[in-house]
Amino acid sequence: MSDELAFAGVVELARRVRAKEVSAREVADAFLSRIDAHDGALGTYLVVDHDGARAQADAVDAAIAGGADPGPLAGVAMAVKDVIVTEGLVTTAASKILAGWVPPYDATAVARLRAAGAVILGKLNCDEFAMGSSNERSAWKPCRNPWDRDRVPGGSSGGSAAAVAAGLAAASLGTDTGGSIRQPAAFCGVVGFKPTYGRVSRWGAIAFASSLDQIGPLARSVGDAARVLEVIAGLDPRDSTSIDQPAPALEAALAAGVAGLKVGLPREYFEGSIDAEVAAAVHAAGAALVAAGAELCEVSLPHTRYALPAYYVIAPAEAASNLARYDGVRFGHRATARELGDMYATTRAEGFGPEVKRRIMIGTYALRAGYYDAYYKKAQQVRALIKRDFDQAFELVDVILAPTTPTPAFAIGEKATPLDMYQTDVFTLACNLAGIPGLAVPVGAATSGLPIGAQLLGRPLDEATVVRAGAVIEAAFGTKRPPAGGAA
Amino acid sequence: MVLTREEVAEIAQLARLALGDAELEVLRTELAAILDHVAALQEVETTGVEPMTHAVPTMLRLRPDTVAASLPVEVALADAPAAKDGCFEVPAIIKAAT
Repeated sequence: MSDELAFAGVVELARRVRAKEVSAREVADAFLSRIDAHDGALGTYLVVDHDGARAQADAVDAAIAGGADPGPLAGVAMAVKDVIVTEGLVTTAASKILAGWVPPYDATAVARLRAAGAVILGKLNCDEFAMGSSNERSAWKPCRNPWDRDRVPGGSSGGSAAAVAAGLAAASLGTDTGGSIRQPAAFCGVVGFKPTYGRVSRWGAIAFASSLDQIGPLARSVGDAARVLEVIAGLDPRDSTSIDQPAPALEAALAAGVAGLKVGLPREYFEGSIDAEVAAAVHAAGAALVAAGAELCEVSLPHTRYALPAYYVIAPAEAASNLARYDGVRFGHRATARELGDMYATTRAEGFGPEVKRRIMIGTYALRAGYYDAYYKKAQQVRALIKRDFDQAFELVDVILAPTTPTPAFAIGEKATPLDMYQTDVFTLACNLAGIPGLAVPVGAATSGLPIGAQLLGRPLDEATVVRAGAVIEAAFGTKRPPAGGAA
Repeated sequence: MVLTREEVAEIAQLARLALGDAELEVLRTELAAILDHVAALQEVETTGVEPMTHAVPTMLRLRPDTVAASLPVEVALADAPAAKDGCFEVPAIIKAAT
């Protein structure tokens, strides 16, 4: 019973709860008991809110009993990456500098989930301040891949992907600054959706790189991710970068098919270090689109190789500015010091982990007087050229199909240097720099049994076309469960 | 490229990070490797290219100038490491003259 509910999915759970086939409380209890039984070995949750989740579920059941419509996520048990704030529920961004912090408000995306009837089970593990590609940079504990516990779940939204793969949440929220939703989705064999920049309010998303950060869903199917994104998308007066457009009609696009759609395969993504099985799986996804009536052609994104260097100037520079707020004055950790300047510097040295310090240092270096033009301005100009590459490609094709990652999930401890780790995001960064939507979908498995992901990149605000193609690929490959549901 | 200990210490000072000798030494080599990698940007011809500051064109959005509720003082101070008389409390701002 409990396992069946855990893998039923968002749309199906909401249907059953609204039809009174199961109560929201039964759904919440099923997930909570699975988390209690299995999460010790996986480490996907940082906080499990047993009492809060049951109270939310009871409120949904009471609304239904009273004849009210509890919303499109009625009783759907979800969880939220720890960089997204939740009122009354400890939120640390997986950092010691925010140990024990209890936010006084909900992020807009979380408030919209609650208003749609979702039940929030707890906070999910991630890399500290979303800086990482493996979840190994969490200050609190490692998170493991449900397909192979010696491997990473990806990052930075590692807990968000692993929890959904293992049936410990029906869906989750993550954030994607350079691939942090799509890369772990690919590693864990689930769907991950990074919306157009500005589609979802960043109010309450703890800032890493403000011109790149975007909240999005991870789920077991394209339809589930579409349902969640429709709920959280839309203008928010509290985020001046949120776009004044109605939420896209994504569920309506699921069955639209791809007949006549032009799909581009970017040549540069298949040169160099890509694993042969990953390349073959992406080509198989292309063949599935062709079989459904799409037209496939090669496109070129000539500045692809400069996405990584541009990203590792822009993102650290913005991070260095954003993380200046962690000074020990208003919240979080404070070091003991006799005077203020020492208190700032010691608090930050004690509270931040090595990767966060590294990025603050790179960003500070790039922004300092005399270096700005050579680094930050240059990177912003290259960013404009990367965006132009996509604009030109989208004059020829409607959607781009590419690998999400060069390889399947790597082993814990495998990436020895910071640059080795950064290279694992080489295919996901350009999407954020250009601000376009990206949907990661499973496309089968390697001979090792590990999942492989492909990503669909679309025009700005054209999530609907991305969903159409994603649904066709999903129908061809399906979504599989890890061995013993990740609970072995 | 080669970074000196002094340069790295200066950046740490600008970033308000009190780093020890061992940490500075590790960062000295790591930062140099990362800066070598991003130096590839210099290969790209960018003359006349307008820097892209944001993913979408952003404009300041106006809102009605109306009074709304703000965070109550006791809520804002609830997570403070130290508070006194309705204010955040911090150590001495100016070094005592000796």
